[in-house]
Amino acid sequence: MVRGGVARTGERMTDATWIRPVSDEAEFGDFVALLKPRVMRLVIFTAFVGLVCAPIGVHPVIGLAAILCITVGAGASGALNMWWDRDIDAVMARTARRPVPSGRVEPATALAIGLVLSGFSVVMLALFTNLLAAGLLAFTIFFYAVVYSMWLKRATPHNIVIGGAAGAFPPMIGWAVATGGVSPESLAMFAVIFLWTPPHFWALALFRNNDYARAGVPMLPVTAGPRATRNQVLIYAMILAPVAVAPAFSIVGGPVYLVGAVVLNAMFVRGAWRVWRRDEAAAHADAWRVEKRFFGFSILYLFLQFGLFLIEAALRGLGLGVTGWPMLF
Amino acid sequence: MRPDSHEIYARRWGRNLGLGIILGALVLTIFAVTVVKLVEGQPMEGFDHTFRPAMLPAAEE
Repeated sequence: MVRGGVARTGERMTDATWIRPVSDEAEFGDFVALLKPRVMRLVIFTAFVGLVCAPIGVHPVIGLAAILCITVGAGASGALNMWWDRDIDAVMARTARRPVPSGRVEPATALAIGLVLSGFSVVMLALFTNLLAAGLLAFTIFFYAVVYSMWLKRATPHNIVIGGAAGAFPPMIGWAVATGGVSPESLAMFAVIFLWTPPHFWALALFRNNDYARAGVPMLPVTAGPRATRNQVLIYAMILAPVAVAPAFSIVGGPVYLVGAVVLNAMFVRGAWRVWRRDEAAAHADAWRVEKRFFGFSILYLFLQFGLFLIEAALRGLGLGVTGWPMLF
Repeated sequence: MRPDSHEIYARRWGRNLGLGIILGALVLTIFAVTVVKLVEGQPMEGFDHTFRPAMLPAAEE
């Protein structure tokens, strides 16, 4: 395929073909966009929280280097996802301007960047910290790029449910960097993101339904319809709430976390309920205002939820932790 | 117009500069981690809910 005016082998080059059109040549920012910086922000933050909340201290330089490796690993899986999904990205309005479908970055370049950064980030994390953290990072990249992108995404409407695990690993990796292990606390952080992912993405899918249908991606609103999707959003929000509150009664929780998590999850369930009680006619009438608001709030919810872990860690660090606080695990 | 004044050269300069900064940051990161590991001389692993004798300080003879 000829992209951007690059001449085929054997073609006579002219002034017009010897160089790609200026608008097609990638800028540095295109390579940054290839790594999905918006997803990376969430990865950085949750990995940082896992690292800081762990009961073993890490030297700041080691911690920073580890977070960098986790970030690069997440970016690498994003590049591999963009390489694989370039055909469906091109037909969806939300993703058509991404570097690969827009032609600014060649698919082979995206693949090469994804593979090199994957290997690099895992090896460096192993050298900087420990094998378990590196192994978890390698599994996360594999899970997102292969299990989710290449297999689940186009095969089942539950793609987001299982694939959500990929986004849930970063706090476990951060915890493993500090402790060298996996524990109930890091599993609880994993569970919060894992259960948050379906309502978050299904809210998006409700108002991007046409995009997914056009691309042939079997998202739940496409295969089961908006009504079933709204039901699932509410069900998952109700399952998430107790799971997100439970860490209050562990070594990473406390009274501040308990109060904050109860309020946050009440708001999350209320938002899900507002999405659930609407029908398509109402959603069409106000251009999915409630669904868009719930999607936006879900992002804020996760940052605040993990912010509560940070607050408790800071209180413990200042010697303001509550003694005698009940522990469930 | 001089050939090297074309906008495409500005883009390539931007890419090269970005790559240069990343490589410089990588060198600094590896150097800093090396210094910290040498100075601290301690294992990075610790608490994981499992008792591991290997993590205990070596007993004096």
